[in-house]
This record gives sequence, C-alpha cells and structure tokens, in this order.
Amino acid sequence: MTQPVSPPRGADKVTPVDEPPPWRALVFRADVRTLSLLGVLAALILIGGFTKPDEFLDTRNLQLVLTQASVIGVVTVGMTFVITSGGIDLSVGAIVALASVWATTVATQEYGFAGILFTAVIVGVGCGLVNGLLIAYGGMVPFIATLAMLASARGLALQITDGSTQVVSVDAILDLGERDAYVLGIPPLVLVFALVTIIGWLVLNRTTFGRRTVAVGGNAEAARLAGIDVRRQRLYLYLLSGLCCGIAAFLLIVLSGSGQNTNGNLYELDAIAAAIIGGTLLTGGRGTITGSVLGVLIFTTITNIFALNNLQSDVQQIAKGAIIVAAVLVQRRTASTT
Amino acid sequence: MSQFTSRRGLLFGTAAVSAGALLTGCTSNETKDDQASNEQPAAADTPGKAVTIGFAGPQADHGWLNAINQNAKSRAERYEDVTLEITEGSNDTAQQIGQIETLINKKVDVLVVLPADGKALTQVGLKAMRAGIPVVNLDRIFNSPQAYRCWIGGDNYGMGLNAGHYIGEQLKDKDDARVIELAGLDNLELTKQRTQGFDDALKNYPNIKKVARQAAEFTVESGQAKMAQLLQAQSNFDALWNHDDDQGVGALRAIEQAGRDDFLMVGGAGALSAFQAIKKGDGVLKATVLYPPTMAASAIDLARALGQGKGVGGLAEFEIPASLTLYSAVVDKDNVDQYMPTGFK
Repeated sequence: MTQPVSPPRGADKVTPVDEPPPWRALVFRADVRTLSLLGVLAALILIGGFTKPDEFLDTRNLQLVLTQASVIGVVTVGMTFVITSGGIDLSVGAIVALASVWATTVATQEYGFAGILFTAVIVGVGCGLVNGLLIAYGGMVPFIATLAMLASARGLALQITDGSTQVVSVDAILDLGERDAYVLGIPPLVLVFALVTIIGWLVLNRTTFGRRTVAVGGNAEAARLAGIDVRRQRLYLYLLSGLCCGIAAFLLIVLSGSGQNTNGNLYELDAIAAAIIGGTLLTGGRGTITGSVLGVLIFTTITNIFALNNLQSDVQQIAKGAIIVAAVLVQRRTASTT
Repeated sequence: MSQFTSRRGLLFGTAAVSAGALLTGCTSNETKDDQASNEQPAAADTPGKAVTIGFAGPQADHGWLNAINQNAKSRAERYEDVTLEITEGSNDTAQQIGQIETLINKKVDVLVVLPADGKALTQVGLKAMRAGIPVVNLDRIFNSPQAYRCWIGGDNYGMGLNAGHYIGEQLKDKDDARVIELAGLDNLELTKQRTQGFDDALKNYPNIKKVARQAAEFTVESGQAKMAQLLQAQSNFDALWNHDDDQGVGALRAIEQAGRDDFLMVGGAGALSAFQAIKKGDGVLKATVLYPPTMAASAIDLARALGQGKGVGGLAEFEIPASLTLYSAVVDKDNVDQYMPTGFK
C-alpha cells in the first residue's frame, strides 16, 4: 500500500456524509442499549430465582454459568471486532475444533501444558492469518473466505482425529479445570474470559487500532482516504479473531479434558447472535464489547435456567430464537425513542 | 493375521474375528443336509465366487461411526474373494444418493449401505434392488422393506431397556430412588427409542423415579455442558444413564469437576475409554450397554453370503434372514475383558 493519497481534501469531502452521529449521542445510545440488555439479564435472573431458588442462586451455579460462557465469550470478543469492521468470520467454530484437536494430539501432549497452549494459539492465529490474507490481499469476500476455512478446518480436524476423541492426560491442564484451581472462588477460565473482555474493550474503545476498526467498518473508502491502511487493518482483525479462537480452544480443552473434531459446533452462529443482540451493527461501523459479553451471558443464563427446570432442548431452541427477536426489537424501540 | 500392521488394525481385526466366531459358533454338531452341500457358512474363510461389495457409509465424525467404517474395511480384507468398493463417507443425503448411484452404475454385486438418513435414502435403495443388486441395509433402516434384502442393525429400544433393567436391579432395595438421563441428539429417532426403552424398563421398579432428562449432542463438549447443568439441578440422585460414551467423556469430566461420586452411571455404545473406566472400577461409571460397531463386519459377511448364494452358518435356513437385530448387552466389571477388543476410540 503505497498509493498516493491526499488525506485532507478527500477526507473533508467524504466523512461528513458517512460519519455516524456525534460522539455524545453515540455514548448515550450505547448506554441505553447496555441498560436494556442488563434489564433482560435481570429479568432472567429473577425467573431463575423464582423457579429454582436453591439451585439457581447458588455460588456454584454462578461459577458454572460464567465458566460455560467463557469459551464462547472469548470467541465473541474476536467476532465483535470483525463484525465492527464490516466483516464476518464464519470459521470460528471450525478453528476452535482444529486448534483443540491439534493441541491434543499425542505428540503435542508430550510437551505438556506449554505445548498444548502454544499449539492451540498458533493454530488459531495461523487460521486467522490465512483468512486475513485471503480477505485483505486476495480480495475475497469475508463470507466466502471464512466459509472455505470453515469447511477445510473441519475437514482437517476430522482427518487428524479419525473421528475419535483425544483424551488429555496432562495433569497440569486437567487441574486447571478443577475447583482447587479457583482464585478467590473464580474459575481460571472465567478469569481468562474477563481478561480478554477487558483487553478487548480497551483496544476497541481506547486505541488507534480500535478507532481504525470502527472507521473501516463505517466506510472503508473514507478510511483509506483518511490514511488508514485498510488492508493491513483487515488482516490484523482476522488474525485477532483467530487468536481468540485459539485461546477459546485451549479453554475448551481445559473444560472438557479432551479434543474432538465436533468441538465448537455452531459457535459462529452463537457468536454472531451474541454480538448482534449486544448492539454491534452487522453492516459494520459500530461495535460494543460490553454488549457482546452481555449477549453471551444472556444465552448462557437461559440455557442454565432451562436445564435447572428440566425443560427439553426443543423448547430451549424456540426460546433462544424468541430472545434474539425480543432483544433486537427492544433495542430498536429504545434506540429510536432517544 | 499378518496384514494387520497397526495396533488399531489388530484391534478391529480381533473384533471382526470374534464377531465371526459369534456367527459360526456352536455349529459343529449339526448334521449337514445333502442338498445344501454347496452351502457354506457366511463367515467361513474358504474362498468362493468373487464378490464385489459396494459400501456407502457415513462420515466418520464420531468414534462409533469411524469404528463402523474400520470394521467394514478390515472384515473385507480378510476375504480373498471380496473386493470392497468404498465411497467417501458423507452425512449429506444428496451426496450419498449420488455415491450409491455410482456404485449401482459400476454394477457391484451387493451393496452395503449405512444411510445418513434411512428415510431419505429409501428411493435409491429401491433403485438398487430393481437393478438386481441386493442391498444390505446397515443400522439406519430404510422406509420400505422393498428397498433392502437384509437389514442388520442395533437395538436402540433394547439399549434403553437393558440400561433400565441394570439400574433397576442395582437400586431395587432402595426406597425412593432417583434416576436421571443424559440423552443424545433429540432430533434423532434413535434417541426417542432409547428413552422409551429406558422408561419402560423402569416401570418394573416402582421404587425408582426418573427425575430429570436432558439431551446432549453426542459430543464431548455438549456432554460436559449438559452434565454440569444436570449435576447443579439435581443435588442428589442414585443413578445416571448416559446414551453415548463419546459424550460420556465430557459427562465424566463434569462429574469429576463437580466432585460427585454419590451415584452409579451406565453408559451406552461401548467405547474403549468406557470399558477401561469400567475395568478400573474406581469411578461412577459401572457399566455400558452395547451398540456394537462390529455390525459393519457382520454386514460384510452377509453381503458376501448374498453374493455367493450362501446361508448363515449355525442356522437351518438356506437363505440369509431378512433382518438381524443385534443384542445390546450390558458390559460391567464381570464381563468387560470379553468385550474390550471391540471397544472403539
């Protein structure tokens, strides 16, 4: 990217038309959205508390809900960045699967904790790199490039495992998922999730990288004219998503004590759904980490309440669909009235 | 046995041999009918007419399904007179139909089909039968009996029934016993059958009540997630039936993480890891009900017999039967050694 640009004039011409509303309005709107999501979550907690007071309002259950939110939560943070930039990553579930099975092969397990962690992260980043190169420099549409990655990563995961479950025998990994490993009552998986969320929030809201991401998603051409290397930015974003998948794969290995090619099934849809109900625009230009994480927590809490009340999976799926519709409708209402 | 070089090959080879032993077993004292003198037991190693068997199996994305494909392959390798035309496994109905049509066009002698969806593949089964190719329908049954010559498969209802009876016997002296169920994929017919069998068996034990049931997705991840929820929801229960040993790996992990050991667990299918845990005997897993992947090896035997016009050894019939339902044996510490070679990874 060494194309000559004339930032001042070009930017002056384009940005006023396409730029989102002024800062103050944006901040206020985001708050209303966050509040409406918190409202949904509070309502769910009330329902859980009323239907199963003993089981739901229990420290163990809180730990369980947060633990189960961790894996998909980390993936969703990466996804939020990609969607904010106007892209999409359909390969996240497949990358989690590939990273988890590659990291749990017997050869990798010989190197213990570090070997498994390193492999999971490297495989995630590697897949993200391929996605990023195809999209940023190969000129492929994100939908197609990541769809291709979905297919091939799943295929490779299947090839590595031969369909069998790879059980982890490294104690250091297994111990991390046990209750003795909790720090002040918080499972290590949840700590990782919290850390990724905080870093994600800071990067998106407080750094040049974050501003560039929003700018690329808002109007890529304007961003280019404003001097942003759009292609490199896109490459970094898919790398970031891959990195999150690698971390999530490691968490899943700790959680389930194994690697399986079916891991991460439908994560792409769950992560996209969580980001969208969180208030990230599918067309790009606006993203909220807080909203995405609340979205994940809402889904996990529903699943938890349903399981505690012994409702069957068909009912769970219908309710999940209804929640997505309701949350988006509520947001539209609140967003348009302010 | 020299063709088996890998350990896995050896494992499945042994599995196939024992399945063959079951088919041919206990026949020595039978008087042979003169008219049937050219009839040979299906599993006999004596070479006969050359037979080309077309095999269309599922995508091996699950330990059991992988074992199915391996069993079929290694069984076919045992016969000098059998050529196996194997297609790429697929869970896609349209793709599998295409693959079977290719096998029909190649004019294989016999077809063995484990359909991803039995109902959806009925038409192509009919097409093969009309083309004069006998079809051995493996496990997931076609909609019409005209679409296959012989069906061989597992007994899902029987799995539930035997799991229920095993648990019932273990808990029969306990008042107000509580049982929970971790089912498989709820959108599969087989899951409903397993649950129905389980419920029917428990009706024999009025002291036992099923207090919860959750469906997982046959994966380790779903097994861990759903089991963690179940353990949270049920602070005390006496027994758990888990439909599938693969998701059982996740379920056992959740049980270990919750630090629970106050109940007995029965698995399903017959994975090697489950057998090993049962043999070790220090965990909650005490037994598993079989859904034997050796059925694929037996399907090859039946296909070969069909191609060569033989019957099944050990039976008086001239022809192979129209259907064979396998038995869902309960494997516990007492008999686990016997079944260990059939365990799949």
